[in-house]
Amino acid sequence: MTSITMKSIRKSFGPVDVIKGVDLEVKTGEFMVFVGPSGCGKSTLLRLIAGLEDITSGVMSFDDKVVNALTPSNRGIAMVFQSFALYPHMTVYDNMAFGLKLNKRKPEQIRAAVEKAAELLQIKDYLDRLPKQLSGGQRQRVAIGRAIVRDPKVFLFDEPLSNLDAALRVATRIEIAKLHHDMNKTTMIYVTHDQVEAMTLADRICVLRDGLVMQVGTPMQLYEKPASTFVAGFIGSPKMNFFTGAYAARYRADTVGVRPEHLRITNGPGWEGSVIHKENLGSDAFTFVDMGQGEPIVIRQDNIGETALGAKISIAPISDDKVHRFDKTGIPTA
Amino acid sequence: MGSSILKKGGFYLFIAIIVFYAVFPFYYAIITSFKSGTQIFEVTYLPHGFSLQNYYDVFTSGGRAMTWADVLSLDITGFPRNFINSVIISTLVVCLALLMAVTAAYALSRVRFRGRGLLLMMILSVSMFPQVAVLAGLFEIIRFFHLFNTMYALIFSYTIFTLPFTVWVLTTFMRELPIEIEEAAIIDGASPWVIITKVFLPLLWPALVTTGLLAFIGAWNEFLYALTFTLDNAHRTVPVAISQLTGSSDKEIPWGPIMAASVIVTLPLIALVLIFQRKIIAGLTAGGVKG
Repeated sequence: MTSITMKSIRKSFGPVDVIKGVDLEVKTGEFMVFVGPSGCGKSTLLRLIAGLEDITSGVMSFDDKVVNALTPSNRGIAMVFQSFALYPHMTVYDNMAFGLKLNKRKPEQIRAAVEKAAELLQIKDYLDRLPKQLSGGQRQRVAIGRAIVRDPKVFLFDEPLSNLDAALRVATRIEIAKLHHDMNKTTMIYVTHDQVEAMTLADRICVLRDGLVMQVGTPMQLYEKPASTFVAGFIGSPKMNFFTGAYAARYRADTVGVRPEHLRITNGPGWEGSVIHKENLGSDAFTFVDMGQGEPIVIRQDNIGETALGAKISIAPISDDKVHRFDKTGIPTA
Repeated sequence: MGSSILKKGGFYLFIAIIVFYAVFPFYYAIITSFKSGTQIFEVTYLPHGFSLQNYYDVFTSGGRAMTWADVLSLDITGFPRNFINSVIISTLVVCLALLMAVTAAYALSRVRFRGRGLLLMMILSVSMFPQVAVLAGLFEIIRFFHLFNTMYALIFSYTIFTLPFTVWVLTTFMRELPIEIEEAAIIDGASPWVIITKVFLPLLWPALVTTGLLAFIGAWNEFLYALTFTLDNAHRTVPVAISQLTGSSDKEIPWGPIMAASVIVTLPLIALVLIFQRKIIAGLTAGGVKG
């Protein structure tokens, strides 16, 4: 039941400005994802919310209370780290109970809280084990459990899936989504560089670049109405194709962007190019076309088709309203 | 095939040489300590005769023969007194040094402050000072604090000499501990003291045991300060006591009791190493973080 308001938040490490003035509001019970390329400041912003770093200037408030000077434990937050960060010498139970013990809770209260969280995360059988006796996925669940027992008002995730293998990543992602449904009053902030995680988990996504917020919106808003070429290129996989020069001039723009799924190979008139590579994933098929633009153009289709490598083909957007137009500065034109 | 046997043979021969080199002096001390009378002056490499006379002599030297009443009333003199002095001093030095070093290492490895690197370099360079260089200065300090001819003089000066090394090693170890574990503890509401005692200390066991053991051995074997800062036998530690053992006349060096004393003072060290070697387990942090 906590909303977070950030006003002109700045953070510098010595002469290096990492966060350069962020204004952002995270609503109560919202799942907000910070996404951006490495070095964009998303983890730093999360650590500022956690209180692990001091804010250089600006105001951070939880509900109406300014928390700039509050220690992490007094902010009512819990955090899940990329590296799990379990206490190696403590059993799973002790790992989860440590915070409550420091809080001087009653032993029966602690036991109840730990067992409830363990039940939820299906780690009840492992409570007596040490972290080193667990697999990566189990460890991350313990880390999540440790965060849950604190009954946080704000739940922070710092790239929690990055250390898991691909299959576990999907499974754990679904569990985190479920957790969000079960704890729908808890505000959650999740940092990732993986836009699939961002798209699938988020109520709203905040795209960051170089310490500045590029765009905030629901996944579909970002997908359909990106506020800049940067966001357009960052959200969506494979990334949006960009065309400049004569291709763009036809749409009265400096750059136009078309997502791979919005391009098709035509027999009629279109943009000419030669096929340089093909990938068939079964459900999707990608055709890479060289159009003399530096980066190849990617087309997503249902099946791989018959086109041979090196063949000249012509491609066209499936409809003109799927073409994103941007001006010289990378801002969309009407 | 032939060359592999040769290699293996050479390998074990090399090990044998190292073991012999390391163990022989101590072995010779042991067998000599069990000899009696003039047997000592015959060179033998195998145990030859068995007598505990030397050990009895050591325990009664420098003082009167003790009765059980003396022991019970803690009125202990002579070599046993020296032995107890050594145990008390070395133990206190280890406790003091580890307590200060752990807290210092936490600051030096985890708290950002100006001049941290310079301070670390200074600590390292201080540990290179030869003992003799500071002997006179230290003597003045000890006189100033009226510590001369007390155990505190030795505890004080040994701690000074142990700390730089201990701090340096523990700082290095603590730097290796993943920062996320500390941050997780901060979020759990742990104060720096709780982080040190409840989270870091259990992970630092191997480093603590190693540095503690080295500090103990250093204090146990120290001779120069022990000789300089004490006056009478009641305050001496074993290395000085052994050097002051006298025979029936000044000209006679009491080899037997000296050997027996050497064996006695080595045993606690061996015992300590054997007890703690099981604690020195590498990879204690395994499992807490990724991997």
